Amino acid sequence: MSDRPLMVNRLARSYGPVEALRDIDLDIRRHEFVAVVGPSGCGKTTLLNLLSGYDQPSSGTILRKGRVRMVYQQDGLFPWLTVGENILLGLRGVSDEVERRRQLEELLTLIALERFGEHYPHQLSGGMRQLVELARAMAGDTDILLMDEPFGSLDYLTRMRMRHELVRMLRQCPRTVVFVTHDIEEAAQLADRLVVFSERPGRVRCELSIDLPRPRNLTHPIVVETVRRVLSEMGLENDSRDGRGVALPTARAV
Amino acid sequence: MSNGRSMSRTWLPPAGVVVAALLLWSVAAALHLYPESVFPSPRSVWAGFGEELRSGRLFGDIVASLFRVGVGFGLAVILGIPAGLWLGHRAYARAALVPAVNFFRSLSPLAWIPFAILWFGIGDRPAIFLIFLAAFFPLVLATSVAVGGIPSVYFRVARDHGFSGWELVTKVTFPAILPQVITALRVTAGLSWLVVVAAEMIAGRDGLGFAILDARNGLRIDLVVVAMIVIGTIGVVIDRLLSGLTNIPSARWGYER
Repeated sequence: MSDRPLMVNRLARSYGPVEALRDIDLDIRRHEFVAVVGPSGCGKTTLLNLLSGYDQPSSGTILRKGRVRMVYQQDGLFPWLTVGENILLGLRGVSDEVERRRQLEELLTLIALERFGEHYPHQLSGGMRQLVELARAMAGDTDILLMDEPFGSLDYLTRMRMRHELVRMLRQCPRTVVFVTHDIEEAAQLADRLVVFSERPGRVRCELSIDLPRPRNLTHPIVVETVRRVLSEMGLENDSRDGRGVALPTARAV
Repeated sequence: MSNGRSMSRTWLPPAGVVVAALLLWSVAAALHLYPESVFPSPRSVWAGFGEELRSGRLFGDIVASLFRVGVGFGLAVILGIPAGLWLGHRAYARAALVPAVNFFRSLSPLAWIPFAILWFGIGDRPAIFLIFLAAFFPLVLATSVAVGGIPSVYFRVARDHGFSGWELVTKVTFPAILPQVITALRVTAGLSWLVVVAAEMIAGRDGLGFAILDARNGLRIDLVVVAMIVIGTIGVVIDRLLSGLTNIPSARWGYER
């Protein structure tokens, strides 16, 4: 197995006169978690479509090694299939019936939905559905996971919980991940490397490495500092010191 | 709540309405506002019903009508749903053909009666032709619109998991539109049942539609009502049977979201 499953070289994509991506270079190590953040319309989803092979670059190259799967932001589960049948889609490459069943059970255990194999997606909560999506994408020994704002449609608390679930799942079944989000906190909490895109045409504005074991608390100083740096890169945060002369809210025990 | 009680709760109100309607009808008939030959009483209709049953005519008419609907509607389903699937997947063909499909859908099948008789004479064939026209175009339209409305993410997921060609149609496209197809089947089966009565009145020698016409010509208004009740009842039964399709587990999502 190569230690560089994804290598992107001088990648560009235009749609007619509209330049979506310009001059993207990105080398992704095996089992690295790369988060791509940037303003909306900066070409993040275009990048994923190119990485997955769904779309073709205007120029530049992508070297991709291994099986790639995408996790979508909208409901990508087939509503006419049960949870188990949806996950079995991801195991279509496994020819042995017994082995396929065994891996299905394993994946259901991984997402702690063992009792929901026979349920249909509409009988599950949004967070549970997204867990099934993750299991389906990870099934069949996928090497590279491309995630397009996978938690974007969930409520705040569910989103927080899903980050921990994702960390836990990746610890059990390591994968190379490219995670697109506009949620900078999410990126800072999850990623080994944070790639900040500029406005359209999307270019890499800067990269930040975060050398901190996961799971990370949202309030960890390094996470907070990373968020601050990304925001200031994007021109959304004043670089002057925070907190001076500001009355911080105090919590009172009730 | 016990199951028996919930059953009686769903059955009791409609049964009550039927009983109330029969009572109202009996009272109206007992008042003799109109002569029996114009406003038959439930008693004379019941007697006519027995007469029709014993002679075997009623049974023959039911079979004739059901056969025509079965063949005409069946043909419309067999041809209309694949045509709709095909149209739904091809934007160009859809743009070209949907106005024409809409034209024929908006044209009452009864307008075709002169041609139905000229081309097919009298009997089963003109009725089957008219029923086919009544069901085919709405089915094509409903299916193609449903295909056009499938979220594109399903096709992305299908592609990611290696679906293509025939397998894509049977494992993704068709299940994705199944709830809408079931609804369209219910609507068009109802249309077919409406059309068969009219078709048999004009181009039939038997069937429930012909029975109405024949009874009127024989001044047997009680038998007209017998045929009306049978037609309505069978229509309800057909819809109940088709609505059973909505309980298919892989189609439930379309009704519960």
